[in-house]
Amino acid sequence: MTNPTLAAGAVERHLRARRDAGRGLLMPYVTGGVTPGWTDHLRAFAAAGADAIEVGLPFSDPTLDGLTIQQASQTALARGASTRRILADLAGTGDLGVPLVVSTYYNLVLHDGPEAFCAALSRAGVGGLIVPDLPVHEAGELTDVAAAAGVEVALLASPSTPQARLARIAERSRGFVYAVSVMGTTGERAGLAASAAELAGRVRDVTDRPLLLGFGISSPEQAREARRHADGVVVGAAVMRRVLDGAGPDDLRAFLLTLRQALDQECDRPR
Amino acid sequence: MRSVLSRQEPAPPEETMGEPRARGRFGEYGGRYAPESLVEACREVEEAFRQAWADPGFRNTLADLLAVHAGRPTPLTPARRLSQALGVRLYLKREDLTHTGSHKINNVLGQALLATRMGRRRLIAETGAGQHGVATATAAALLGLRATVFMGERDMERQALNVFRMRMLGAEVVPVTAGSRTLKDATSEAMRHWVGVTGEAHYCVGSVVGPDPYPWMVREFQRVIGDEARAQFAAEVRTGVPDHVVACVGGGSNAAGTFAGFADTAARLFGVEAEGGAGAGRGRLGVLHGCRSLFLQDDDGQITEAHSIAAGLDYPGVGPEHAHLRDLGRARYVTVGDEEAIGAAVRLARTEGIVPALESAHALAWVIRAAGSGELAAGSTVLMTLSGRGDKDVSTLKELL
Ligand SMILES: Cc1ncc(COP(=O)(O)O)c(C=O)c1O
Repeated sequence: MTNPTLAAGAVERHLRARRDAGRGLLMPYVTGGVTPGWTDHLRAFAAAGADAIEVGLPFSDPTLDGLTIQQASQTALARGASTRRILADLAGTGDLGVPLVVSTYYNLVLHDGPEAFCAALSRAGVGGLIVPDLPVHEAGELTDVAAAAGVEVALLASPSTPQARLARIAERSRGFVYAVSVMGTTGERAGLAASAAELAGRVRDVTDRPLLLGFGISSPEQAREARRHADGVVVGAAVMRRVLDGAGPDDLRAFLLTLRQALDQECDRPR
Repeated sequence: MRSVLSRQEPAPPEETMGEPRARGRFGEYGGRYAPESLVEACREVEEAFRQAWADPGFRNTLADLLAVHAGRPTPLTPARRLSQALGVRLYLKREDLTHTGSHKINNVLGQALLATRMGRRRLIAETGAGQHGVATATAAALLGLRATVFMGERDMERQALNVFRMRMLGAEVVPVTAGSRTLKDATSEAMRHWVGVTGEAHYCVGSVVGPDPYPWMVREFQRVIGDEARAQFAAEVRTGVPDHVVACVGGGSNAAGTFAGFADTAARLFGVEAEGGAGAGRGRLGVLHGCRSLFLQDDDGQITEAHSIAAGLDYPGVGPEHAHLRDLGRARYVTVGDEEAIGAAVRLARTEGIVPALESAHALAWVIRAAGSGELAAGSTVLMTLSGRGDKDVSTLKELL
């Protein structure tokens, strides 16, 4: 394959197009089913200028999540959230104009089997998938059936990933590469970890696939800084803390607009 | 071929309870389903373990620690009065007589020594019954390491004595308030913590669970139970090997260590699970805490909470090798409820003068039941691993009896 964009799926084509237009990518996260009108948050995200939206399917044992997303998952499960219901909600939301990426732990993928799971994602209009406990060497069982269903499985890269493995991750990843900024769990942090820039640079060395930095990015300043190293950011816990504190779609839109502006300013900055 | 069983896959025949196949697989189970941030740490543990296990120096040091510090070999005790009553010849492998009071010390000394070899100055661990935590705190003190132990709040209440012991030994005990506040949640929390400290700390997993190489490594460190028992049994009994080998199963480490000594014999292997925590019996395929195995789940794929009066059996799954042994039919997994286990604990106390851990009492309860039903033929020999002593459970028992 000489031109990777030819082979890219919808999520990657979308992200590449926006990146190539000079835009810093913003992918906010929400835990599916966390509140009664949770899909209104998706509209708020789109209105605030999100370039993709990550929807978490809550799992009982989220081993890579810090307190905020653990709590959001528990809240959603206590409200009766399930893969089936969340995907039904998504299917009923209509086109938001940006790709939807589902994230969840591998147990939920295995539950119905990767094939049925990906088919269900596809039917619900979901184009991408993130599975934080499915590293590249175990991903073969999922990636082929996902590709057949038109679902792009984005793999995670970590500051501890050796370079040769990073190359494999970048090659197998679809849609984008998700760079975990810090050796730790999800959750808000005061500053962007030094490991973020280092990792982003190493990913850059092996691929031109869209590169998103996530874990800990909570403020416009951090988003702006992350944008200097990567194509964009994923913002999870900072959104979910607001949701758990009672923020509605308007509050979330206002918060995400500050991130949007920070990313846009960083783009305008002379390089 | 070491076993009478054949596999359906065309792959080369797997030695039962030998080294796992590529990528840490036991049949279709096992693997390394860890967050990418932990993959490198797992790889380092695997490499260090492979080297250490092939190094006679390491093995000798460990054997020495097990002898002079843990009190190995543990005896094989014929349960004379109980045997007479049951009509079978029951032998107890006495892991309750190890220093710290359970088999957990075997594995922990191995991992603590490995951690030292890897240059790690800190151990982190999860614990349910507290026995693995106490063993970790003990080994850390012995080798001059720091220990941090994650424990569910509910287990901290049930096992207050062990919490005190850990703290007395200098370990930090971190209460876990998430979910069911038991072993499953303590394990999740230990993994989360590990992600942030992989460079300095070794995660000392307490059973044959977790990402590759843990299920294999922990089984190898616990193999000493089965190897010793095999030699002791051969010296004791003319038939050489027992007809039945029985052990309780939480994650499955004492059972795996025991079974490993008899995998190549005709002995029938039985794992006894708690009714409310029967991963092998009622679990379905899933991935939790880094490995693919059998886990209790609801219809939506959420892991359900296990329930057992024995905190060490309160885990909603089993180690991957047990899932594989079950599929092969090489081991059978059965369940026992709280009441039956309590009854067995009292019976052992009154017939043999041994108060067992409630975990081990599950194994005994099944032996009693199976001898009564004829499943264990009259006059047949039974080797049962008594995984720990009941001191930690006396306050629980005191409230019930
Ligand atoms: C005395 C005792 N026996 C058995 C177990 C169960 O663990 P495993 O199945 O890993 O041996 C425990 C766990 O805490 C224990 O303390």
